[in-house]
Amino acid sequence: MGTLCNRRHLRAGKPYDCIRTTMQAEPAPALHDPVLRVENLRKHYGPVEAVKGISFHVCPGEIVGLLGVNGAGKTTTISMILGVLEPTAGSIHIDSFNLLRQRSRALSSTNFAAVYAPLPGNLTVYENLRVFALLYGVHDFPARLRAVLDAFDLHKFRNTKCGILSSGEQTRVGLAKAMLNQPRILLLDEPTASIDPASARDIRSTIRAFAARTHTGVLWTSHNMYEVEEVCSRVMFLSQGEIILSGDPRTLPAQYGKSTLEQLFISVAREPLHLGAFQS
Amino acid sequence: MNLSRVAAIPLRQFYLYRGSAARIVPLFAWVTIDMVLWGFMTRFLGSLTHTHYQFVPALLGAVLFWDFMTRVMQGVTTAFFEDVWSRNFLNIFATPITMPEYIAGLLTTSLAISLVGLAVMIVVATAAFGLNFAAYGAMLLPFVFILFLNGMALGVASIAIVLRFGPAAEWFVWPIPALLAPFACVYYPLATLPAPMQWLARLLPPSYVFEGMRAVVSGHAFHGTLLAAAFALAIGYIVLASWLFARVFRHAVQTGLITRYSAETVS
Repeated sequence: MGTLCNRRHLRAGKPYDCIRTTMQAEPAPALHDPVLRVENLRKHYGPVEAVKGISFHVCPGEIVGLLGVNGAGKTTTISMILGVLEPTAGSIHIDSFNLLRQRSRALSSTNFAAVYAPLPGNLTVYENLRVFALLYGVHDFPARLRAVLDAFDLHKFRNTKCGILSSGEQTRVGLAKAMLNQPRILLLDEPTASIDPASARDIRSTIRAFAARTHTGVLWTSHNMYEVEEVCSRVMFLSQGEIILSGDPRTLPAQYGKSTLEQLFISVAREPLHLGAFQS
Repeated sequence: MNLSRVAAIPLRQFYLYRGSAARIVPLFAWVTIDMVLWGFMTRFLGSLTHTHYQFVPALLGAVLFWDFMTRVMQGVTTAFFEDVWSRNFLNIFATPITMPEYIAGLLTTSLAISLVGLAVMIVVATAAFGLNFAAYGAMLLPFVFILFLNGMALGVASIAIVLRFGPAAEWFVWPIPALLAPFACVYYPLATLPAPMQWLARLLPPSYVFEGMRAVVSGHAFHGTLLAAAFALAIGYIVLASWLFARVFRHAVQTGLITRYSAETVS
């Protein structure tokens, strides 16, 4: 166990220390009401253990990177937090609501965007956002619609069917949906994967500003280490279903004798057990 | 139950229908064709016999009500298939919507769609073939209601099948009305069937309805106990179908099928 998250966050203009992160299987002390608290989360698919008792939290306004090679358990973890995959064991609290027992209330404070979950292509941008506004119980839909269309420069596509938008535009519509209900925790699974570098930078800025302004916690997966360094205040390396490293993406590589986050990522991918042993 | 979340499901269907002739035309076309086909069939059968048997209310009316029940079932399944076809499960089921709300939304959609079909059939059957609904008397509403409940139960059971076995399983669902029709005694009396088939027919609420319709238009009484039995069976099937769907959905969430639905199976 180690103290891996000491960054200061702003909430209502007052700084406070983010809570500590535990490495495995130990509940994090709820000093500042994290918007997401995952404790000893496990998922078995028959004999295969996809997620092995991970524990972590996300503070209000904090952007946390969830990193790992394909198949490390990132999407499985996100699916469990979204309530579409039942954990074998462990608990998930979103904004103090237990996801398993208070699913609707917990998911009202959640939203997500992922390249593998585009919105229905046979509805227009407006129609999709209207439907999801009802599903998420969004109040004052016209104002929220204007806000998200502004944020992602989608006004000109308001009445365009999502299916004929480019992949980058569809990603922006997905992000607009994800921010529609001003979630307390936002899950972004490779949100800029299909976007050109210039647009990706704008989107990163929008998400950072959104998180800072609304104190939304963000759990962000990406294979773009430059992006992770730019956006995340903390990262967790997931390998074979376990969190083996966690810390500030700007200082973490040096702690393990690496010059960049990408080099550290490659080391984790090739020698996860070695790095995990070093950490403990 | 949150009505706003329930309303999202029919609203989505409204948007889809509003912009799609391919969805709107079938609402009118197939039921009109059915009424025209069976309307002429009824006239022909009426011309073959000199009895006073009322073919129009007994046969054309039965076809009309059977079509209505089929539309109710397909209203549920088609609304669900829209989420299958657009790979929308993850987006929908990651929202706060509960399963009862989702089902209620599908049923609301189905009610609206089937009422449109019913209205079209009533217009064609009455205007072109002189179907008079007064022939069914006070039993008309209970008959329609029981068929509506049965259509709901079939619809919910059907989407449970598709959720469990994947998108390709929709081909199990489309023929269900055709498979049930011989046992539902839509076109002929229960007594026409051999004994084992009669036993099966008595398990189906529509068989009571169509027996009742024929009795009423022939001037015979239809016992309230039979009506109650049909109603009880229909309610029982709704409970059973809802239990089945809840169980299948739970399985899908436990195994990860919801997130990998296009794979059809997680094994």
